Amino acid sequence: MLHTLSIGELRESLKSGQTSSVELTRHFLGRIERLNPALNALITLTAEQALAAAAAADVRRAAGEEHPLLGIPLIHKDIFCTDGVRTSCGSRMLDNFIAPYDATVVTRLKAAGAVMLGKANMDEFAMGSSNETSYYGPVKNPWDTTKVPGGSSGGSAAATAARLAPFATGTDTGGSIRQPAALTGVTGVKPTYGRVSRYGLIAFASSLDQAGVFAHSAADAAIVLRAMAGYDPRDSTSIDAPVPDYPAALEKPLTGLKIGLLREFFDGLEARNTALIHEALKIYRSLGAETVEVSLPHLPLSVPTYYVVAPAECSSNLSRFDGVRFGYRCEKPKDLLDLYTRSRGEGFGAEVKRRIMTGTYVLSAGYFDAYYLKAQKVRRLITDDFRAAFAQVDLLIGPTTPTPAFAIGAKINDPVTMYLNDIYTIGANLAGLPGLSLPCGYVDELPMGLQLIGPHFSEAKLLNAAHKFQQATDWHRQSPRGYE
Amino acid sequence: MTDWEVVIGLEIHAQLATKSKIFSGSATAYGAPPNTQASLVDLAYPGVLPVLNAEAVRMAVKFGLSIGATVARRSVFARKNYFYPDLPKGYQISQYELPVVKQGKIAVMLDDGAVKTIGITRAHLEEDAGKSLHEGLVNASGIDLNRAGTPLLEIVSEPDMRSAKEAVAYMKKIHTLVRYLEICDGNMQEGSFRCDANVSVRTRGSEKFGTRAEIKNLNSFRFVEKAIHYEVARQTELLESGGTVVQETRLYDSDKDETRSMRSKEDANDYRYFPDPDLLPVEIDEPFIDAVRATLPELPDDKAARFAREFNLSPYDAGVLCASRELGAYFEAVTAALSAAHAKLAANWVMGELSSALNRDNLDIKDSRVVPGQLSGLLTRIIDQTISGKIAKEVFEAMWSEGRSADAIIEAKGLKQITDAGAIEAVIDAVIAANPKQLADYRAGKDKLFGFFVGQVMKATEGKANPAQLNELLKNKLGGGPTEPV
Repeated sequence: MLHTLSIGELRESLKSGQTSSVELTRHFLGRIERLNPALNALITLTAEQALAAAAAADVRRAAGEEHPLLGIPLIHKDIFCTDGVRTSCGSRMLDNFIAPYDATVVTRLKAAGAVMLGKANMDEFAMGSSNETSYYGPVKNPWDTTKVPGGSSGGSAAATAARLAPFATGTDTGGSIRQPAALTGVTGVKPTYGRVSRYGLIAFASSLDQAGVFAHSAADAAIVLRAMAGYDPRDSTSIDAPVPDYPAALEKPLTGLKIGLLREFFDGLEARNTALIHEALKIYRSLGAETVEVSLPHLPLSVPTYYVVAPAECSSNLSRFDGVRFGYRCEKPKDLLDLYTRSRGEGFGAEVKRRIMTGTYVLSAGYFDAYYLKAQKVRRLITDDFRAAFAQVDLLIGPTTPTPAFAIGAKINDPVTMYLNDIYTIGANLAGLPGLSLPCGYVDELPMGLQLIGPHFSEAKLLNAAHKFQQATDWHRQSPRGYE
Repeated sequence: MTDWEVVIGLEIHAQLATKSKIFSGSATAYGAPPNTQASLVDLAYPGVLPVLNAEAVRMAVKFGLSIGATVARRSVFARKNYFYPDLPKGYQISQYELPVVKQGKIAVMLDDGAVKTIGITRAHLEEDAGKSLHEGLVNASGIDLNRAGTPLLEIVSEPDMRSAKEAVAYMKKIHTLVRYLEICDGNMQEGSFRCDANVSVRTRGSEKFGTRAEIKNLNSFRFVEKAIHYEVARQTELLESGGTVVQETRLYDSDKDETRSMRSKEDANDYRYFPDPDLLPVEIDEPFIDAVRATLPELPDDKAARFAREFNLSPYDAGVLCASRELGAYFEAVTAALSAAHAKLAANWVMGELSSALNRDNLDIKDSRVVPGQLSGLLTRIIDQTISGKIAKEVFEAMWSEGRSADAIIEAKGLKQITDAGAIEAVIDAVIAANPKQLADYRAGKDKLFGFFVGQVMKATEGKANPAQLNELLKNKLGGGPTEPV
């Protein structure tokens, strides 16, 4: 069963000639064809290009080339520009947009020999926590198709959980990798801000957006992240620092590791959820880690801070979608104003419009100081809280989400309740920290995620801690029924 | 009648002479077919990001150092948000609260020779927008994004100018400076150097400024002067008839020579500035500043002071010669071949014959048809009295059109000055003999007729008689000057 193998196992299998990239690609394309209609996880399939890329990967391997991802299939979130392939960002606005270039993440994975199967559904312009804001309709959670998979990278998460690909890319602006990873029972990594290039990633909130990965294990994620990460001269905010050998650091013993329990994350958390986290802590202690409680007093301000900063940036970032050069243009515009208002009014969905309006408001003369500037100050306080915490501990631990996956339609009309879904994930984005979610059990037969947050550039440590946990548990090996 | 005082501040936009745009690798050359110099970044395609061109920062720092300004160790790019088809991103990347250059000043010489110091509040980096094209299109507008992303240095003055003339003198001075620094080609027709003028009037002696109007996009010195004149007249008439000036943006129409309201403060955009999260703050350290300082040329004021001192020129002449780096260099090259005592002669020729020939043929000094070595060759012949100054003008014209050396032309045309006293005397004698009536009148007291005799001798010698010698000899021949009338 090729779809149950880890990336490492697939690589061995390809190396030994037991299988080929073309065979592997056919296998996953077959699964997508059979299983995706019920999930709506992929919105563009690139079967032909995938098979050509797979054949090319087989040729490269035959020629003696070697890369851990050579010939391994993947799915890209539809927020990454892919040359010659529609890049919709989940929006009617870009339904007709064929990107003329590859995002750096796409280029890097292509160069490594990974084979793109298609593009994953997502919340429109990555704005949403349930994948219900997509122009292409909601993604279903493979654990229970009446439930959401989380968002905004819901398609990538559901596709990974349903084993439609060994791994998928995603982006995380306020939890958009970690939250859906938690709700679909997969491992999701949001790297340090600046670790992975944002070039070609369609911007939502530039100071928060970060590309990352969904995989079946920390070990797989380590391989992928190593290929994705690195300095990119085309992204001024990317960091010019060497990329560590993440896979090589996985096996380090956790003896003496200091893990901080985020007190604020447990306030009001449901008992069953709290119990799962405490079970996880027991495992960490058995692995030699030390756990202490820490407090980040400003962390509860994360959500309001985020919902000022992110909309402010998005209101400006999305100005380029004006019906002039690309994307949706309204029928027969009367004049320039009509072209703008109808193209944008018809091209954007409700949640995107809500955030553009919020962002425009908080940047307006007379409100800027009270909202945007205040939010920036609180952002600094939250960052300082994290810094102080990391002076005491190596990693922070807590739940990824307050609840397991909720029903499709349950929260979509109540934005504030929806926004509170990201209460545990947003802090890391505001502070630019790396975070990781890994499965740690079930509530109501739905997966729950354990979240690890580390200091800047501590991805190796996060993956190491997640990997050791996964060696001691088998939550990450579970598959939803029907997708085994 | 109220005594009105005019208050003017200028915002000059100087296009920086970088090879590529400020945030993309596209070329900045002028005049390419529409949209051939627009990359995905300039077109604001989804997902693209700006990367700052370090050369633009270097040029801004160079400017800052040349006006004795503070170079900010940390400056920040902000987004200025508004919708317009020639603004692809829907925002312009500019510097807002933290510009790269702060608090400089520049000395400007006025017509009466007085020197006035104008404060420069700030200079900041920003990107230019594209252009909307309407010609030849029906029910549509074209957009050319070649210019989008071209680096601009916006130089904002204090409201220190008190007349249109001062404003023009200041603008010319900045124009000279940016070309000296080689950070802007100064081409105003192509829009590389243009300004917005903030104009207000107030009762003389008042501390408070009047309400100002901002006149946008003036791209010639003449337009700046005329637009300000019009605007000052408009505002004073308005105030004197009991009206009030409203704060607004106005456009100058050069065909009608008037300014027209574009938008009032009430309709003004709320630009929603905020720091651009795609760009890091610009951090500038001491070694960088030192390295830029090392590339500064001799600045116009320093050069003019040196010319005045070394060549004993008036401050005015020195200033004119230093109006451009090339003109100053030309003058120095001419002077180098002469002795310092003759620098004034060289200055007169460069500012006179040479400049008018250049103007007439609409040529730049670097394209002059007479190169410095040729001009100094001509001046040498004046100094050694081979030809007179008057003949020299004729020789210069021939040099200009034929491109030959002064000596070749003097030789070919036989223009060598007659300095042989005997030869001149012979001509004088013949002229006197031929004009007995004029001689009689002269001797009777009509001393103006002296010029008549000079003219006749010059005519007979085809202008080649040495003028000083001629004067001397003629005086003797005519009888020691006119006699007193009886």
